[in-house]
Amino acid sequence: MTVRIAELVMAIALAILSITFMIKSTDGLDIMWVAGKGPGSGAWPFWLSLIMLLSCLATIGRWFKRVTPQSRSSELFFDPHGAQIIGITIAALFLLILGTYYFGIYLSLIAFLLFYIRVMGKHSWVLTAILMFGIPIFLFFFFEWALQIPLPKGVWIPDAWYLPLYKLIY
Amino acid sequence: MDIFGHLMDGIAGAFVPVNLMMMIIGVVVGLFVGALPGLGSVNGVAILLPVTFLVPPDAAIIFLAAIYYGAMYGGAVSSITLGIPGASTAVATTFDGRPMALAGKADQALITAATASFIGGTISVVLFTLFAPPLAEFALRFGPPEEFALMMLAFATFVGLGGDDIPKTIFSICIGLVLSAVGLDIISGKPRLIFFDLSGFYHGINFLVLAIGIYGIGEMLWTLETTQGEVKVQRVKTSVLSVFKSLGRFKECLGTAVFGSFLGYFVGILPAAGATPGSLMSYGMAKAFSKEPDTFGKGNPKGVAAPESANNAASTGSMLPMLTLGIPGSPTTAILLGGMIIWGLRPGPLLFQEHPAFVWDLIGSLYVSNVFAVIANILLIPVFARVLTLKFTILAPVIFILSIVGGYAPAQTVHDVWLMLVFGIMGYLMRKLDYPVAPAVLAIVLGPLAERSLRQSLLTSGGDPTIFVNRPLAGFFIVLAVILFFYPIVMAARRRRNRAAAAANGDGPSEAQG
Repeated sequence: MTVRIAELVMAIALAILSITFMIKSTDGLDIMWVAGKGPGSGAWPFWLSLIMLLSCLATIGRWFKRVTPQSRSSELFFDPHGAQIIGITIAALFLLILGTYYFGIYLSLIAFLLFYIRVMGKHSWVLTAILMFGIPIFLFFFFEWALQIPLPKGVWIPDAWYLPLYKLIY
Repeated sequence: MDIFGHLMDGIAGAFVPVNLMMMIIGVVVGLFVGALPGLGSVNGVAILLPVTFLVPPDAAIIFLAAIYYGAMYGGAVSSITLGIPGASTAVATTFDGRPMALAGKADQALITAATASFIGGTISVVLFTLFAPPLAEFALRFGPPEEFALMMLAFATFVGLGGDDIPKTIFSICIGLVLSAVGLDIISGKPRLIFFDLSGFYHGINFLVLAIGIYGIGEMLWTLETTQGEVKVQRVKTSVLSVFKSLGRFKECLGTAVFGSFLGYFVGILPAAGATPGSLMSYGMAKAFSKEPDTFGKGNPKGVAAPESANNAASTGSMLPMLTLGIPGSPTTAILLGGMIIWGLRPGPLLFQEHPAFVWDLIGSLYVSNVFAVIANILLIPVFARVLTLKFTILAPVIFILSIVGGYAPAQTVHDVWLMLVFGIMGYLMRKLDYPVAPAVLAIVLGPLAERSLRQSLLTSGGDPTIFVNRPLAGFFIVLAVILFFYPIVMAARRRRNRAAAAANGDGPSEAQG
C-alpha cells in the first residue's frame, strides 16, 4: 500500500468513526437546547463529531486535489522490514494483554520478555534471565507493596500461588 | 508576603528531604529519558506519572517537573553524540552539535549545550517568578465565558501557529474533546458514548490512557520503525581540564544564549509553539544575526547554544499558562495538569490563593533543579555514551511494560490497557500520515473543563452565545482565536495569488503547497 492510498483509507476510516460518534451521541441524549437545562448531554460530542467528519471530508477533498505531501507520495506506507518489526511487536503486545487476563501480568511479562529479548533481540541467556525475572519482581514489590496497587493475577491462576510473596511484604 | 519571601519559602520547601530526593531522581531520570532517541519529556512524564501516586502532590509535581527539566538538558546528548535528536526539542542542536562531535569536539559541544541550557533555565525561572503571580491575580477575574474563550484561543493556536495540516489538526483537537466526553455526563449524570455496553467506558477515558498510548506505545512503534539500522555513537572524552576550557570558551556564546532564553520563554508560553519551534527560531535568529552565518551547520558552538537555551526556557515558559490560567503550554504540561487534577488540585488562578505552598515549592524546585541538572549533566557525560548504545530490543520492551502498568494503575482495569494499545496503534498510524497528536492530548485534558464552562456560560445567558463576545475579556480572546484560526487560510490564499501572479508574469509554475 502506498502512502497515497493509506492517506485515503485513514481519512475514510476516521470519517466512519466520526459518524459512529455522531450516532452514539444521539443514543437517548439530546443534542439540541433543552429548556431550562442548557445544551443537551449529547450536544458536545455530537457537534464536535460533526466537525471531525467535516475535517475528514476536507482531507479527502485535498487528497483528490493532491494538496498534501502524503496524497502525492507513491512511496510504500510500510517498508517490508519495518512492517515485520511493527507487526510482531503489536502481536506480542496483544498476547501480553490477553495473557494478563488469563495468566496475570507477572507470568505474561516473563513470556513477553523472553520472546522480545531472547528471540527478537538475540541477547544472551544471562541478560534475558536477569531482565525476564528482575522486571516482574521489581514491579511486584513496587506496585503491590509501595503503591498498594494490586496488578492483575489472572483468572486461571489461583491466588494461593502469590501467598508466599504476600507473606514477604505483609 | 512579597514574591521574594514566597520564593525563599519555596526554595526551602524544595530542600525538604522527600522533595529533594524526588527532584534528584527526576532530574537524573529526565536526563536519560531526554538522551534516549525516541523519548522526550512528554514520554517520560506520561509513563512515569502513575509512579507518583506513591508520594504527596508537592513531591509528585516536583518529580515530574524535574523530569521535564532534565529531559531538556538530556535531549542535546544524543543530538551531539548520535546525530539523532533525543527529542524533537533538540532537533536544532544536531545542526551544529553533530559536526562539532565529528570534528572531535563532542565534549565542547556537550558542555556548551549544558551551559546554555543552564542560562535558559535560569533566565526563564526568574521570568516565571516575576510573571506568574500578577498573571494569576489578573486571571481571578475570569468567569466561565472567559475560561471557555481562553481554551478556544489555546486550540486556535494549534491551527494558526502549529504549522501542521489544518483539517488534520482540527480533527485531532475534536477527537480529544469527544473522547473526554465518554462516560457519565458531568451535569445530567447520563451515560454517554458507551460503546458495546462495555462497563469500562462508564468511568470515562482517563487522559493518561490516551497520553501513554500515544507517547509510550505509539512513540516506541514509531522509533522501532525509524531506527532499524545501527546507530553510531561518537566517542566522548572528557576531563576536568577540558570542562574548564570549554566553560572558558562559552563567553563567545553568552549573548546568543541570553537571547535564545528570552525568545524560548515567550514562544514556550504559546500552547501550539513550545520548545521545538522555540529552539528552531532561536537557531535561525542566531544564524541571521551572526557575522559568520556560513559557519552555522559546520560546527559553530553558537548553533548549539541558541537552541539549547531556548528549549529549556520554553519548558519553563509552558508552565506559566498551565499554573496561572489552567491552560497547558505544551503536551508535557497538559499531562502535568491532568496529574494535578488527579491529585485533587485545580490548576489556575485559585491555585495561587488556595495552595500557595504547593505553587511556591514547585517554583523553588525549578531553581534548585536547574542547578542540579547542569551539574548532573556534566558529570554524567561519560555514562551517557555507554547508555546510548543500549539496543532497542531491550529499551522497547521496558517502555512497553511501563506503559502497560502505567495505563492500568489509575483505574485498575484491563479495559484501559486495551484502549491504550488501540490509541498507541492509532497514534502511530496517524503520526505516519502527519496528523498532529499533541492537540488531542491537550484536548482530552481540557475537554471536561471546556464543556463545563461552555454549558455554564450558555445556561447563564439563557442560550445566547453572544455572551462570549459581549464580555470584554472573553470577546478579546474569541477575536484573537478567530484571527489565529483564519490566519493560515488567508496566508495560503495570499501564497496562491502570488504564485498565480508569478506564473502570469512568466516565472513558470511552482510546487503546490500543503
